[in-house]
Amino acid sequence: MAVQVTGEIVSNTKAGEYHVLTMTGQGIPEEAKPGQFVALSVGGPLGSTLLRRAFSIYRAQTRGAYGGTVDIVVAPHGPGTDWLADRQRGDRVNIIGPLGKPFALPRDPVPCVLVGGGYGAAPLFSLADALIQRGCRVDVILGASGQGKLFGIVDARRVASTLSITTDDGSVGTKGVVTDLLPRVIDRANSAVVYACGPMGMLKAVTAVAKEHGAHSQTAVEEAMACGIGVCMTCVLPVIGDDGETRMVRSCVEGPCFHGDRVRWDEVHTVPADTVGAPVGGGE
Amino acid sequence: MMRRATPGTSSVDMRTVLAGIELPSPILTASGCAAAGREIDQFVDITTIGGVVTKSVMLNARSGRATPRMAETPSGMLNGIGLQGPGIDAFIEKDLAWLNYRGARTIVSIAGSSFEEYQTVAARLAQAEGVAAVEVNISCPNVADRGLVFACDPFASARVIALVRSVIPNDIPVLAKLSPDVTDITAITRAVVDAGANGVSLINTLLGMVIDTDTLKPRLSGGTGGLSGPAIRPVAVRAVYQVRAAFPDLPILGMGGIRTGLDALEFLAAGADAVSVGTVVFNDPSSLVRIHDELATALTQRGFNSLIDVIGAAHFE
Repeated sequence: MAVQVTGEIVSNTKAGEYHVLTMTGQGIPEEAKPGQFVALSVGGPLGSTLLRRAFSIYRAQTRGAYGGTVDIVVAPHGPGTDWLADRQRGDRVNIIGPLGKPFALPRDPVPCVLVGGGYGAAPLFSLADALIQRGCRVDVILGASGQGKLFGIVDARRVASTLSITTDDGSVGTKGVVTDLLPRVIDRANSAVVYACGPMGMLKAVTAVAKEHGAHSQTAVEEAMACGIGVCMTCVLPVIGDDGETRMVRSCVEGPCFHGDRVRWDEVHTVPADTVGAPVGGGE
Repeated sequence: MMRRATPGTSSVDMRTVLAGIELPSPILTASGCAAAGREIDQFVDITTIGGVVTKSVMLNARSGRATPRMAETPSGMLNGIGLQGPGIDAFIEKDLAWLNYRGARTIVSIAGSSFEEYQTVAARLAQAEGVAAVEVNISCPNVADRGLVFACDPFASARVIALVRSVIPNDIPVLAKLSPDVTDITAITRAVVDAGANGVSLINTLLGMVIDTDTLKPRLSGGTGGLSGPAIRPVAVRAVYQVRAAFPDLPILGMGGIRTGLDALEFLAAGADAVSVGTVVFNDPSSLVRIHDELATALTQRGFNSLIDVIGAAHFE
């Protein structure tokens, strides 16, 4: 169950173009599972930015000098994320978490590939730890537009049997995108599951490659949210349920981790005509 | 750690009465901002707040609109969800049943895209147990009348309320939730009161638009959306004040950007008998209890022993 707590910033360190924020959050790290997220209020109690910002949990530590802490990765690109990137040690921030459905873990110790796009890689390393604990082999592919937008190389080296890197501009690793390398990694390791977190386009492409190669896909989506707890209904996307019906489901509650085959990637940001309750003959 | 907050103790009697319903607290959720209470109940004990006003339910299941459905605005947000919901039958079977099991006071918000739909939804609801009151969301486009919003026309507003009132049992109050996007809100109030409304909820969102400055197109998939949050609070306080001045005895549920106990106090002084907290719940789900406690403190500081004594204070001689 999620809790709402006031946490304190323990550290704010730069990682490429991102900031890693470590904060206390009593009750959150103890419960957090890989793939879950926290929703932070930004701008202070009287600020004018009311909507919560959602961040994957990068690391959750239950013990340490500050008690339990949660780490998130912030890419400053707007008033909320800029405010967070400016937080200093000792500043307070209101946190709700852990939220959402975590990544599904395989029952058997099967080989897994973890694919991260930019700071989307953040939740993959606690996932890797959980997989390794189950005896799974873990291969990692990290991709980004350029060097400064890659995240988690050091973490990946720690957990991965093999690490592959791609950048759009070729500044580091192979010039290209993660799905250029994914088929080879799957074939080499005989991977049974592909886990991915990053932009929607990447998740769609990863799901397609996984399917072609007979691997299961688990994708963590990033959708704009206002609350993070399931009441605002803004973070929906079309997902096929167990009954075969498509519904507009909340990525904060039913997600953010979905079986890739269940998400109608081509129709994200639309309401497919066969969605339960879809508008008939126009209307809203 | 805050787990399921409950109001603190206070020497002020915080009870109020809304259209004959006794409430232990004047703080309720707002329609569309707390789903059907279940998610919020993780953070506040929903049986200890005034009540849960549910998201507007229509006859059939609805997918709602495509995303983007919202945009952040200064001290507020613009939303165009498109009334996504399960439909009245599934709502009664699952959501209302759960609210009753939890022991919440439930005000069910209903909506329709035609006169018939409002009446049909109300008739189904009339068969259900555990409805403390019905709030009628009349800020919906009337499909049969070129999408004209019911709430902007006194005749359409009155007809919806009369149809709903005709099927809802007399001991269950019907509140009309009014749009501020009208020239004279007291004229709409007159129309719905004459049609049988037992009270009014003031106010619904204001119609707005945000343009994406990269695409140069409206940000929301539906083009326009409803503006809510503290940005609209003075508009809401004005509406409550005007309606209270024109209808000294009419029950009023006030809402529009309430974030603190002092914000709630403004609404009560303007004439609201109780208030709903909406958009701010997205920012702070436990605010429903925080605002109650802040209001109790503010009343104590001002020498009030009982919340009902402050209702309408802005109109006192």
